[in-house]
Amino acid sequence: MQELTQVVDWSRAQFALTAIYHWLFVPLTLGLGVIVAIMETIYLRTRSEKWLSTTKFWMTIFGVNFAIGVATGIILEFEFGTNWSNYSWFVGDIFGAPLAIEGILAFFMESTFIAVMFFGWKKVGPKFHLAATWLTAIGATLSALWILVANAWMQYPTGCEFNPATMRNEMTSFWAVALSPMAVSKFFHTVFSAWTLGGVFVVGVCGWMLLRGRAVEHSQRSLKVGAWVGLVGIVLTSVTGDTSAVTVAKYQPMKLAAMEGLYQGSQDQAIVAFGILNPSKTAENDDKPFLFDISIPYGLSLLATHNPHAFVPGIQDIIAGKALDEHGAEVNTVSYAERMERGKRVQELLAQYDAAQRSADVARLDSLKSAINADFKYFGYAYLDKPEEAVPNVPLTFYTFHFMVTVGGYLVVFLLLALLLVYKPQLLKPRLAPWWYWLSIITIPLTYLCSASGWIVAEVGRQPWTIQGLMPNKVAVSALNATSIQVTFWIFAVLFTALLIADVSIICRQIALKSKEIND
Amino acid sequence: MDYILLQNYWWLIMSVLGALLVFMLFVQGGQSMLFGARDERHRALYIHSLGRKWELTFTTLVTFGGAFFASFPLFYSTSFGGAYWLWMLILLSFVIQAISYEYRMKRGNVYGSRFYDTLLLVNGVAGPLLLGVAVATMFFGAEFTVTKSNLLNVQSATISTWSPTHGLEALACWKNLLFGLMVLMLARTLASLYFINNIVDDEVNRDQHRALLINGGLFVVLFLAVVAVLLTSRGVAVDAQGNAQWEDYRYFTNYLTLWWALVVLLLGVVLVLWGVIRSLLAPAWRGGIWAAGVGTVLVVLTLFWVLGYNDTAYYPSLLDVQSSLTIRNSSSSPFTLTAMSIVSVLVPFVLGYIAYCWYRMDRGGTGDSDINSAH
Repeated sequence: MQELTQVVDWSRAQFALTAIYHWLFVPLTLGLGVIVAIMETIYLRTRSEKWLSTTKFWMTIFGVNFAIGVATGIILEFEFGTNWSNYSWFVGDIFGAPLAIEGILAFFMESTFIAVMFFGWKKVGPKFHLAATWLTAIGATLSALWILVANAWMQYPTGCEFNPATMRNEMTSFWAVALSPMAVSKFFHTVFSAWTLGGVFVVGVCGWMLLRGRAVEHSQRSLKVGAWVGLVGIVLTSVTGDTSAVTVAKYQPMKLAAMEGLYQGSQDQAIVAFGILNPSKTAENDDKPFLFDISIPYGLSLLATHNPHAFVPGIQDIIAGKALDEHGAEVNTVSYAERMERGKRVQELLAQYDAAQRSADVARLDSLKSAINADFKYFGYAYLDKPEEAVPNVPLTFYTFHFMVTVGGYLVVFLLLALLLVYKPQLLKPRLAPWWYWLSIITIPLTYLCSASGWIVAEVGRQPWTIQGLMPNKVAVSALNATSIQVTFWIFAVLFTALLIADVSIICRQIALKSKEIND
Repeated sequence: MDYILLQNYWWLIMSVLGALLVFMLFVQGGQSMLFGARDERHRALYIHSLGRKWELTFTTLVTFGGAFFASFPLFYSTSFGGAYWLWMLILLSFVIQAISYEYRMKRGNVYGSRFYDTLLLVNGVAGPLLLGVAVATMFFGAEFTVTKSNLLNVQSATISTWSPTHGLEALACWKNLLFGLMVLMLARTLASLYFINNIVDDEVNRDQHRALLINGGLFVVLFLAVVAVLLTSRGVAVDAQGNAQWEDYRYFTNYLTLWWALVVLLLGVVLVLWGVIRSLLAPAWRGGIWAAGVGTVLVVLTLFWVLGYNDTAYYPSLLDVQSSLTIRNSSSSPFTLTAMSIVSVLVPFVLGYIAYCWYRMDRGGTGDSDINSAH
């Protein structure tokens, strides 16, 4: 059992490591892809050589970043098989389809047109080249769509039915999977946040160039596009963040409760604007959840349901079976203890089904299948040792969520200000200019942390589930020994860190060199 | 569409993706020859020529994996989760490739261009060799068992288990290694033909014709050895009730039963040989890559066909023959296969725009002017 725990922990650590590294590069690819495409469009409309050199400047950065995104991405796809093999069988019928479509429709588009984008300036006409640049950006966004559809399905399994004959979930509606509320909100929230990061990156780099007094006109041209894309991105991220909160409240109330450190909910539920969690608080004691907090009345009810008076269940409420109905009222549903019982009952029925299948007892199969499917949504609870095991890491979820929201709020102000200064540069007093440029630079890593925090909230907040309610991590892993995974973990840690160092170094050097050469 | 037809159709799609992947391994073959380049200029020409194609090979590999996951998920979970080390080594070799083309000549790349060229060399050798070994286990068997009811075991729920060596044992099997070496030499042969076609430089042309003679010769010897081993090997046959059993000369029998596969195999072999031999005899001819490329695709297609069709297990288990994977017991549901089949209608369109872009980008070939004209 201890070995299994180690295998689960190291498998999670390895996936988290590769996912976080991958996500350092993907949002910049998504955001910068759109920005470069807009710049090249302006070039084609104006035929200005200055816009061409600006486009090529950012395209170079895009290329460096894209390569490492590809490198870290391949590991993620195959890790579903290498480290989560049980999961791969249990849901491969559903999860595999978006991955395959991603490959066929998105990856080939990216990989084909990026070659034209970089090597085709003299090989194809300007319109063809522009189309290639846009198609690269669209291909990258489409690949995000399909992997996010797959991820959303893990958070909210829908459009499927369990088949006891094959011991796996099977798809019953492709559109229910592809267009689930979770998939839609996750896709738009993620892509818009990537636009934000791309915009902030451009603004920050321009800040550095202006601080050094280099490529001033080029920086001003870039700032215009970067600030607009960033601002549109952060506004839409905020809007879709609101939609995401409603979706999470509905389908993953435990995650929402962890995000807010809420153990016992109520109607007119306040939201914590700032708080320090009580380290001794757990779902099993009655300690105060916060050592200190500042709350906004009605805030969480409003965020979760758009109704300031709605009931929002806390962690202990959810374990006890309390939930909110569609009118925002408190209702009693199935407690976690009861879910565990029902899950175990499903397992017994499945064992009977398996035996009936072996003995060709066809008469029993249909009735057993109906009984299994009636309570299958509780299947995963059978593997829990106690209800509290279904509570995610509250401090990590709470603090990353609040960090993300705080930085998100700051970014709205920052990007508004950036855009204002693009059109009214005279508002920036000369003695304040260096401060503003430094702020722009510092905002880049802050935005990266904000973006990574969003994923930590999404993924840590749904623990211990690989698939919400159906499969906990400890059932999803491959039959490996912990040592093997530790070795590959450290190989990846060293390799990706070395590559990250090279990536950052190249980008910094390219910016420094090209900003000297740029045609102003 | 009928479920059996869907399963057969998706095995055909996997065959096509697998065959295209093997053809596209010419990129790796070219990388394996980087350090044999006459000088830095030659090496730069090789890298610039391959640099426009490496992403397609990479994407084909990713799509091959994704499509296997979607259409035959039990293979995905059994092989990847079991042969952990083999797949991890393959993945690592591709990770280091992905950044090398972009970083090698960039200022500030920290480790120097020689380091990235070495990474390309490692991927160029290890990629085809290890992929060949992984594919060979589909013919010669692997050490796994599959027990779906394990899912109900709360303490140990994993349905696919593997021997403790987790894929390293595949590297110790001479048949697998022979297969891997053949794939490596095929990749190098195709790379020589590709360079002859793509790089406009007399010296490169001469060097690559010499390399073609060596690589092509070694490939033919290895190919004949692999064919001999394959046709005399046992395979797993599955009866109508789903019972599996080992059968001598299974793949030979399959070629005779699926006579059309034998015809395609012979046609493929002729095309590969024609591409190589005519290139050697007529140095001005640049079409060898297309003849040998089409031939390679045809040969690999037939290998997949005799592997999976005709009630044969495409992934035999050496530990428990009843655990062997077939296209019937490892596929996705009819609904998923149907949904994916609809998407697969777009594959010709995807291939069409790839071919068009390839044509546009390769007009005029790669020459000295390209070395410094990259972004």
